[in-house]
Amino acid sequence: MGSLQSSPSHQDYVDLAEKTGFSFEQISILHKRFKQLSHNEDKLRREHFGQITDLHANPIREQIVEAFFDRRNFYQEIEEPVSEISFENFLVVMSNFRPPSDNMSQEKLVKVRKEKLRFLFNMHDTDKDGTITLEEYRHVVEELLSYYEALETETARGIADAAMLEVASITRGHMEPDEFYEGITFEHFLKLLEGFDIESRMNIRFMNMDTTTLCKLECRNKVCSE
Amino acid sequence: MDLSSRRGVDLFVIFCVFLSLLYGSRAEVPSRPTASVTILPPIKPDNGPQPYPEEEKSNLPVFTMNYSRIQIPFEITLWMLLASFAKIGFHVYPKITFWVPESCLLVSIGLIVGGIMYSVHEKPPAVLTSNVFFLYMLPPIVLDSGYFMPTRPFFENVGTVLWFAVVGTLWNSIGIGMSLFAICQIEAFGVQDINLQENLLFATIISAVDPVAVLSVFEDVSVNEQLYIVVFGECLFNDAVTVVLYSMFSFVTEMPVVEPVDVFLGVARFLVVGLGGMGFGVLFGFVAAFTTRFTSKVREIEPLFIFMYSYLAYLVAELFAISSIMAIVCCALTMKYYVEENVSQRSCTTIRHVVKMLGAISETLIFFFLGVVTITTEHEWNWGYILFTLLFAFIWRGLGILVLTQIINPFRTIPFNTKDQFGMAYGGLRGAISFALAFTLPDNIGRKHLFVTATIVIILFTVFLQGISIRPLIEFINVRRTNRKTDTINIEIHTRLMEHTMAGIEDLCGQWSHYYWKDKFMKFNNRILRRILLRDNRAESSIVALYKKLELQNAIEILDTASGDISAAPSIISLQEEKKNSTKPKKKFLAADLKNMHDILSKNMYKIRERTVSYTSKHALPNDNQRREILIRRHSSIRRSLRPGSFQTRQIVPKSQKYFSLPPGESLNSRFPPTRQSSADAQETMSEVAYPGRRSRFGNRSSSGAMMPLHRLGTLKEVSSVDFLNESERGSTGRGSQSRPQSLRHHLSADDNNGLVDEMRIRQVEEEEEEEERPQASQPPAWAAEPRDETPQNPLLRRPQWNEKK
Repeated sequence: MGSLQSSPSHQDYVDLAEKTGFSFEQISILHKRFKQLSHNEDKLRREHFGQITDLHANPIREQIVEAFFDRRNFYQEIEEPVSEISFENFLVVMSNFRPPSDNMSQEKLVKVRKEKLRFLFNMHDTDKDGTITLEEYRHVVEELLSYYEALETETARGIADAAMLEVASITRGHMEPDEFYEGITFEHFLKLLEGFDIESRMNIRFMNMDTTTLCKLECRNKVCSE
Repeated sequence: MDLSSRRGVDLFVIFCVFLSLLYGSRAEVPSRPTASVTILPPIKPDNGPQPYPEEEKSNLPVFTMNYSRIQIPFEITLWMLLASFAKIGFHVYPKITFWVPESCLLVSIGLIVGGIMYSVHEKPPAVLTSNVFFLYMLPPIVLDSGYFMPTRPFFENVGTVLWFAVVGTLWNSIGIGMSLFAICQIEAFGVQDINLQENLLFATIISAVDPVAVLSVFEDVSVNEQLYIVVFGECLFNDAVTVVLYSMFSFVTEMPVVEPVDVFLGVARFLVVGLGGMGFGVLFGFVAAFTTRFTSKVREIEPLFIFMYSYLAYLVAELFAISSIMAIVCCALTMKYYVEENVSQRSCTTIRHVVKMLGAISETLIFFFLGVVTITTEHEWNWGYILFTLLFAFIWRGLGILVLTQIINPFRTIPFNTKDQFGMAYGGLRGAISFALAFTLPDNIGRKHLFVTATIVIILFTVFLQGISIRPLIEFINVRRTNRKTDTINIEIHTRLMEHTMAGIEDLCGQWSHYYWKDKFMKFNNRILRRILLRDNRAESSIVALYKKLELQNAIEILDTASGDISAAPSIISLQEEKKNSTKPKKKFLAADLKNMHDILSKNMYKIRERTVSYTSKHALPNDNQRREILIRRHSSIRRSLRPGSFQTRQIVPKSQKYFSLPPGESLNSRFPPTRQSSADAQETMSEVAYPGRRSRFGNRSSSGAMMPLHRLGTLKEVSSVDFLNESERGSTGRGSQSRPQSLRHHLSADDNNGLVDEMRIRQVEEEEEEEERPQASQPPAWAAEPRDETPQNPLLRRPQWNEKK
């Protein structure tokens, strides 16, 4: 699919809306934002994300940004590592955060839930081998807790270890002491988060109004100054 | 059959209490002219000298009775007891309380008691005056719901909650009031004398919803969080709104003419009252939190501060005639978070229990009185007015929910669907507050009796009909549900992860919502508030908090199973026997023996020490060492099970990693006879290389206060320092010599009852066990001469070469 022009045509909008489920207004707002982030280029690169000031304080910004460059999230076959993404990719990743609509059938809900969990799983699984190893998990927990400076990494490790142990006990039942738990597979991940109502938490109410002008002044200033 | 007989006994007990209650005053004070149970605050002064006039003349009385002196507290106590007995009675049959809400049962019991009182021409206790209600009965109820408000969902849905509570209540009051006023114009009903203000006042009273019964149903069915919190928050803040409106309208009803200016003044007053109450609440909440920063030395009165400050907030708000409910709710919400971190575990439990208890008592009493009053009070029955009240209450509630949801839905991430709306509308039971407000109406309102009757009807109707039918209905329409069992670390981690992700994505989209504000507030909280308000102000993630909680839970479970086993195994004797058995063959510990000993140690020592727990003084609480120790043990057991070795060298050390690294059935010496003695030093250095983190962890374990929830007890500091000494001492002497059997025997033979020393020793034993195990675990690699890198290994980790990003 070719890169979109600076103002996508109507046909593009229809395609995108079909593919991602966003409304036209939402797409146009997101497109504006995309342009803003990429300094009016067609592709978004990692350093563009680094310029978002609000994101600096986020303890897991690395994972979030990586999620946008993770080809598993694009639902298309790309071989080489992704270094820049088009608006379409951006939108597809964003569409993972759409709230489930009101009148959704039960199977559809299950599917949405699974997709969201898959997204989350991919965020954890940084080396893309299909399992979340202890190190990967620890890494996440440490970053989460890095928000609280007072904690030593020792604590974070302890918690990650306990969490992993919990995973093992949930998914495997009783384990022999010398048995080895190699990591969380996606099936285990599903089982693990059975009680986690991700469909109601992994949601953003995408605006139908253009609010970018209201709240991202500093970002825009930065954009302008460059 | 056993159950039914028990129930019979219970009923009998209740009946006896009731009898004694009814006839108590009469039988014991026969000479009193009005032998009523009426509890009026002023003790009748003319009654004083009368009771036993003939005794005045002489002799020291051998047996006297002065009932009038104790009458009020005595009768209040009996009423409470009766209500509490009733509560016990309900739970004899769990099925009853499952299908029929408790409030229904209480009202029923009240009706029965009222019926009996009516038949013996007894007057109901006039204890429920306006002052008693507002100053003593209402605060506990509100504190209860304020304190136990689930904070996170509340703040996530705060807009919706306030929208429904404030606007919804206004909508109901005004709608019902206006409609009823229209009805009053119809001559056929004969109620033309009720003017608009009185109608509005009455409408306000009956628009206070009190869905305690519904909430318990919601909890059982585990409906989705949003619905739950909206109903919860609505009932809480709607009380505040109702009381404000009530005081406003009862003021207005006394005014002869209402001018347009008064309406604006009313609105202004409404805001002042609401926001003022909030302000006072937050202020007192912070003061309370700040106070508990310094209560570490006076643990026994710690919970008192919470109650006193909440009550103070309430009273001060009453003093300035601003919303006292708002004040106490905000106070509870504000201080809860900080107080629970400052106070000890026990105080925290005490606070929760007492808050629950007081709330339950108040509510039980009100419902009970409702039943009694229904029978005994004078009623004015007007078919038209009452039926239309019922009708309008339903219509306006339903309409209100429908309209208000339509307005709020576009602003919500997850909109309410039709089923949720039905749940909300149907959950609008009227309860204790409505009744109390109606009952305490000023007497100058002409149709007070009609209002009381109508209120009672609507309460009974909603409580019985809706209360009983809501469970099957909610289950039938299959409302969206949430799994509430989210008590695992993984879920907590993912909840936080989700929040940060959401905040990040919103930043990316250039939007902001409550995640953004939460982020900002957390920063402010961590930087400023916690520093001022908390003794141990290191910021703590909720993940860590949950981790601690789970650890504690686990520890308590261990304790529970241990005390379960203790009946089977007499602890000290078996221990001593064990000691004899195990120490006879010197240095020949069978693994089974070790395991056995370890079991016995871990299971029994708490029990042994429990006996020695003594109250150091009358006003002091016993110390918490024990639970802290369990916690430590738990930590170490987790680490132990995560210990490497078995994974690296699976074929060499097969089993029994759980307790010791010895394979079952093999003795310590038989396995590694020469190496043990000769290469002890080598092993030590080896183990130190292999576990660099281990040593520091030992240090951490005794010194890092932040990890242990119970650690903040002042009394514990000593222990940790002693432990520290102990640690270093052991490091220098005990380690090299490998003197395990001797030291163990020494510890076991010592029958010192001092808990502290005992604990230290046992911990030492345990640490020595770990010590023992460490060389074992790391030994095989040495044999196999495998090159090992310096980084600490973990069993769960397959690829040691994993490189951390960045």
